[in-house]
Amino acid sequence: MSSKGKSVAKKKASVEAEHEYEGGLAVIAPDAIKDPGLEPHRVRMTDKSPKHEKAAERQVVFLFLLSILGSAFALYAYFAYPLSETDLGSVRNNTLFLGLGITLGLMGIGIGAVHWAKTLMPDAEVSEARHQTRGSEETRARAIEIIELANQESGFTRRKLIRRTLYGALAFFPLPGIIIFGDLGPNPKNTLKHTMWEKGVRLTRDPYGTPIKASDVTIGSVFHVIPEGLSELEHHKLEEKAKAAVLLVRVDPKELNPSKGRENWAYDGIVAYSKICTHVGCPVALYEQHTHHLLCPCHQSTFDLANECAVVFGPASRPLPQLPITVDAEGYLVAQSDFTEPVGPSFWERSA
Amino acid sequence: MSTATSNAQKKGGFLAGTANYLDERVGVAGILKEFGRKIFPDHWSFMLGEVALYSFLVLLLSGTFLTFWFQPSMVPVIYDGAYGPLKGAEMSIAYSSTLDISFEVRGGLLMRQVHHWSALLFVAAAGLHMLRVFFTGAFRKPREINWVVGFALFVLGMAGGFTGYSLPDDLLSGNGLRIIDGMIKGIPVIGAYTSSLLFGGEFPGESIVGRLYSLHIMLIPALILVFVAIHLFMVVIHKHTHYSGPGKRDDNVVGYPLMPVYVAKAGGFFFIVFGVIMAVAATFTINPVWSYGGYDPSPVSAGTQPDWYIGWLDGALRLAPTHLEFVIGGYTLSMNILLPMVVGIAFLVVVALYPFIEGWVTGDKREHHVLDRPRNAPTRTAIGVAGVVFYAVLWAGASTDLIATHFKMSLNHVLTTMQISLIVLPIVSYIITKRACLSLQRKDREIVLHGRESGRVVRLPHGEYIEVHEPMNEYEIYKLVDFKAYQPTLARPNAKGVITVRARIRARLSRFFFEDRVEPVTQAELEAAHDHKELH
Repeated sequence: MSSKGKSVAKKKASVEAEHEYEGGLAVIAPDAIKDPGLEPHRVRMTDKSPKHEKAAERQVVFLFLLSILGSAFALYAYFAYPLSETDLGSVRNNTLFLGLGITLGLMGIGIGAVHWAKTLMPDAEVSEARHQTRGSEETRARAIEIIELANQESGFTRRKLIRRTLYGALAFFPLPGIIIFGDLGPNPKNTLKHTMWEKGVRLTRDPYGTPIKASDVTIGSVFHVIPEGLSELEHHKLEEKAKAAVLLVRVDPKELNPSKGRENWAYDGIVAYSKICTHVGCPVALYEQHTHHLLCPCHQSTFDLANECAVVFGPASRPLPQLPITVDAEGYLVAQSDFTEPVGPSFWERSA
Repeated sequence: MSTATSNAQKKGGFLAGTANYLDERVGVAGILKEFGRKIFPDHWSFMLGEVALYSFLVLLLSGTFLTFWFQPSMVPVIYDGAYGPLKGAEMSIAYSSTLDISFEVRGGLLMRQVHHWSALLFVAAAGLHMLRVFFTGAFRKPREINWVVGFALFVLGMAGGFTGYSLPDDLLSGNGLRIIDGMIKGIPVIGAYTSSLLFGGEFPGESIVGRLYSLHIMLIPALILVFVAIHLFMVVIHKHTHYSGPGKRDDNVVGYPLMPVYVAKAGGFFFIVFGVIMAVAATFTINPVWSYGGYDPSPVSAGTQPDWYIGWLDGALRLAPTHLEFVIGGYTLSMNILLPMVVGIAFLVVVALYPFIEGWVTGDKREHHVLDRPRNAPTRTAIGVAGVVFYAVLWAGASTDLIATHFKMSLNHVLTTMQISLIVLPIVSYIITKRACLSLQRKDREIVLHGRESGRVVRLPHGEYIEVHEPMNEYEIYKLVDFKAYQPTLARPNAKGVITVRARIRARLSRFFFEDRVEPVTQAELEAAHDHKELH
């Protein structure tokens, strides 16, 4: 750019930055009302009256002193309100008094400093020039020059093969860094499709693990059930429980409408359904006796127990899987088999 | 030279000595000369970002304290601590160490509550700060990239919050993770495997707390720190925006010098923010994990709520219509999970890209350092309000059960109302907001041209009653006319004489944005109005 052009650009920038660039669709009225400039500064009481100035100074000092007092109280509270195992109220007192002491220590400084700034430091607004973010033409020219020089010296664009193999190498080098995370978890394979339930496993109370006699289950009652032996597991107890948890309900057998092939999955009106919601897996723990509805408290999916737990409301799409049950020789409730479909939230391969 | 300066410095005592020491080693004088009197504009709404920054500092302080006791292990233990009701219960070490922090460390519960409250405040303040930036148009050139950085910080804030929420391994946070597991499993093809990678096998496994802990105390805070540094560095480069009004131009910055006024105000404000968090933490319980018990996949408590910033995503899950799951060729496609995820991500993408969309529509390539009053950008303000309403409905959607039980309404009706509201309310609020903005602009014009209504009615000698209008001074007038109107563009042919689809879309959008507009009063109009008055 010629020196003349440069000086014009400079002048323009200093006059009004916004005209350097296109305003797009902005309508800039040629006779816009003129900017009268900054409003005249209003003088504060603390600026014109020494009495007020003195008072403000005392207020700031008082706030800082208050802060010291607060911090000191917090130190005192740390020792004066110890925690006691026999009295849980001691936790509350410790939290409250320690916290209030620290609060005072912090607020004294904070409010004091702001009050100081607002009453005693100058409050006249100052205007300072602002420059465009882009570099001056000289700077930009020099930047381009540097890039070109670097390109020339390295031959980055000239030496095509080097450049392209470098791109290739850069594209490949992160791949081991990704694959190395492969052992974060195993391929789930069929684990999601099976639970602890199998033929003859007793239904037991959650969390005690005591077996349930069919005669214990009265009409309308609800049992939270886990398979026998789950409590004694050494490993993967929660993982198994997250799949095997069951809700056991007894209703009048006449109210059930089993579909073909599922007529003998219930025992005398006692039905067992997976407790794990088919939406995103929360426990479906709420049972409404008079409607026979099961409700998931997380997202309100509602299942109709009388209709094989079909979804009647909410974001879930599939019925809760039913656990086929019967009784053993001693009258205890047992499973006939595992669930006949995967329990819990859907996943891509679930029906494959 | 050096002898001369050091001789001069010696007179000044300790402070001058230190200053000299630092200058001769790190060049502190140059830094002070450059930044010491830098001007910062002042407005209450500029404090929102500060609140976010300061609550992040409080998070770092309180979080570091917590790491000294917290143990991120899911190995089961039998609890034998100070909290009586859970004695003898089997729980993870993570949960038991959280109980220990609460009941056996003096100030431990206080710091847990400080940490949780400041996390809630951090995301809230960042969100409000984003709204301030949006509604005042502060994201326009040259700040588009800083908007994206700020957006990343908001998302990182949510991520930090969620990973932290899950650490104590209590019943509530475990159920939160269960929901995440269910959502991940719903992703087509890779869902089940991804869940296995995250949880180290089947849910819940014994890995997730340790993994989230690494993210929560290292990766996420490090990223937040880096992004905060970039965010603030760009503020220094651009200098802060200021509100429109007399004396505020795109080529100046009006405010107070960094030293001493801004240092005192901003520094003091840090202590105020910290103090408020401390006061709330000392007096209000947050996340009383001891009353929930350790995680167990079987029980759940009704009426539970996630932390507020996760609510909108939980609401999105709840509002999905029933029966959206399909089996195609033997594979299960869970649209009931995917739809909410897609809606949530699309919403975030639109938020992140908004500055570029608006910049393209207006074609405005100038730098903007003067903020818009929201009413002076009616379409943007209306879009913003529609977005806020959309978010708010999703958010309220996370409380459908509580709304139903508290107001004794049918849960089904509440949910259906929310589903309809999610579509209808943003549109309605868009229309209302745009009309309200235009009316406010017209009122501004009225005030500029005819003065402010004084409420004083006088009877003229010939019997006419008029209300006296008080004229405005030039500063008040300028405040109301300091904005630019945009006019819609037409789809024009390019150099080859073709009207491209791009040009057509842009013309349509531009009409959508600027068809209705109120232009600022010009000098001529002002004079005409005054002449008119004198004729009376």
